[in-house]
Amino acid sequence: MSKLNTLFQEKTNRLCSVYFTSGYPELNDTATIVKSLEKAGVDFLEVGFPYSDPMADGPTIQESSAVALKNGINLDLIFNQLESIKEEVNIPLVGMGYLNQMLRYGDEKFCQKCQSVGIETLILPDMPMIEYKTIYKDMFAKYGLTNVFLITPQTTEERILKIDEMTNAFIYVVASSSITGAKGTISEEQIAYFDRIKSYKLKSTLIAGFGISSKDTFDTVCEHVNGAIIGSAFVKYVGENGVANIEKFVKDIID
Amino acid sequence: MSKFQVDENGYYGQFGGAYIPELLYPNVKELEDNYLKIIESDAFQKEYLYLLKQYVGRPTPLYLAPNLSEKYGAHIYLKREDLNHTGAHKVNNTIGQILIAKKLGKKRIIAETGAGQHGVATATVCALMNLECIVFMGEVDIKRQSPNVARMKMLGATVVAATSGSKTLKDATNEAIRDWIQHPEETYYLIGSVVGPHPYPDMVARLQAIISEEIKWQLKEQTGKENPDAIIACVGGGSNAAGAFYHYLDDEEVKLIAVEAAGLGVDTGESAATSQLGQVGVIHGSKTILMQDEYGQITEPYSISAGLDYPGVGPIHANLFESGRGTFLNATDDEALQAAFELTELEGIIPALESSHALAILGKLDLKKDDVIVVNLSGRGDKDMETYINYLEARNK
Repeated sequence: MSKLNTLFQEKTNRLCSVYFTSGYPELNDTATIVKSLEKAGVDFLEVGFPYSDPMADGPTIQESSAVALKNGINLDLIFNQLESIKEEVNIPLVGMGYLNQMLRYGDEKFCQKCQSVGIETLILPDMPMIEYKTIYKDMFAKYGLTNVFLITPQTTEERILKIDEMTNAFIYVVASSSITGAKGTISEEQIAYFDRIKSYKLKSTLIAGFGISSKDTFDTVCEHVNGAIIGSAFVKYVGENGVANIEKFVKDIID
Repeated sequence: MSKFQVDENGYYGQFGGAYIPELLYPNVKELEDNYLKIIESDAFQKEYLYLLKQYVGRPTPLYLAPNLSEKYGAHIYLKREDLNHTGAHKVNNTIGQILIAKKLGKKRIIAETGAGQHGVATATVCALMNLECIVFMGEVDIKRQSPNVARMKMLGATVVAATSGSKTLKDATNEAIRDWIQHPEETYYLIGSVVGPHPYPDMVARLQAIISEEIKWQLKEQTGKENPDAIIACVGGGSNAAGAFYHYLDDEEVKLIAVEAAGLGVDTGESAATSQLGQVGVIHGSKTILMQDEYGQITEPYSISAGLDYPGVGPIHANLFESGRGTFLNATDDEALQAAFELTELEGIIPALESSHALAILGKLDLKKDDVIVVNLSGRGDKDMETYINYLEARNK
């Protein structure tokens, strides 16, 4: 069983994940970030593969990606960075990037590399469900990989059930910003949306990601789903403060 | 079933599809489920054709350019899309899509624009239909196409500067997609070219197909034959080319010539000749040929022409290129500028910089005196006057 699924068997609430942009703020910060986050008690990590045209990302992650690329980051460097800390790190790793990166790198070679550095789950937001089903599900499985699908307030129940069926890790619950409450809060609509999804009694673990930026928002979201991803808030923090005090930043949110 | 048309899954050969984040899925699915039904309905056809005739001024002339013909030793016809209301072929598509958006009950229209022609055409139909209009435009393009920015503003559109990446068409498209993600319910994304996730490439091609529909009967009227020997059109995303080629896709005796922008030269690193420099990949929701590095990072294109300054190409064209059905040539900034002045001097027509790329390859073709060639003159040059005057002054120094 994957590390992630073992984790989900042992822990079903207040699961915390942090997204970081590889190569940001400095090219070689990956090792420090991964080790500090594991130490801070984060449950699993999303390793961001910076992309030139990240169409599903907001301004903070866009900007960090542009800086990381300017710093010289690329997939081979990310794989090398993860390889070099493989023995010291035990936390489950999720890779997050865009389909074109995998296609150009060579899909099979990409999967092989992911497996060898300890990435066991991928979030490729522009991967079509049909393409996953017909091409990538088997290829991913061959390398012990599985794909995470996103759902939004506009995703129909029928489609959510299909996604649940195909999911072997967790479902990424996106609260689209059209219903995000005032900055730093979780709106009534978002809560209703989380509860609606919960009412479908899905088999998959539900992890929310969007606008989780403080202890308050983390706590509120965790009352309704299994856990949450801290993304932009973390990227913004390291952009402004560097990687020295990551542990405290994260603990203040999740403890 | 044509092998050059979209198939039932939204692909042209291996190209096309819908590579979109889940956040866009409901919108794209809604469009996919409805676009053919709407376009093929009598009510749509009636209103679309009425507006094209009485508002846009179609049919546009097919003009046998006597002086250009003499110079190049062939019968050269210009399809005068430059004479459309708003100055380019773009309005054929915006008229059609605005009717679709209305039918779907959308209240807010967003669009990307490069040269500003699609932005103007979108702002125009939004004014006509009384809908809110937001146009995303690269910061660099806002500067180099300022007359069109002024027109959009007068038409009541909000112009939002895209400040990421190369600050051109690709980045404007990214910003439009992000806006759509943020406003999934009431917003309609009115894409200006045969790019984006299925069904956009097919929808835009169908709405531009009026160009080749007219060429067929106009050519028959003037020459007795509806097929020319070749059709030449410039290609950025490729909407005017898709429209000019559409009804000839399966007439394989008609040579389809797509002209890309070579910028400073294909091998200079400052170019937008996608078919020559690109590899298969995914951009803006479709699988196509795009300019990218070894890690799949999309590289910044360059062309003097804002409308052709795009690192991808519509999937319909990627398939024409790969299958060999299309002939892909290119013209540099300088060649396009020379062609613009040549057409102006010979025929009294000032073409858009984009269209000038198509004209620029006339001299590179091996033409025979009986050849019938149609050049799709996709737009007029009003928006490019500053570039033209600067070129003229530099040349005269």
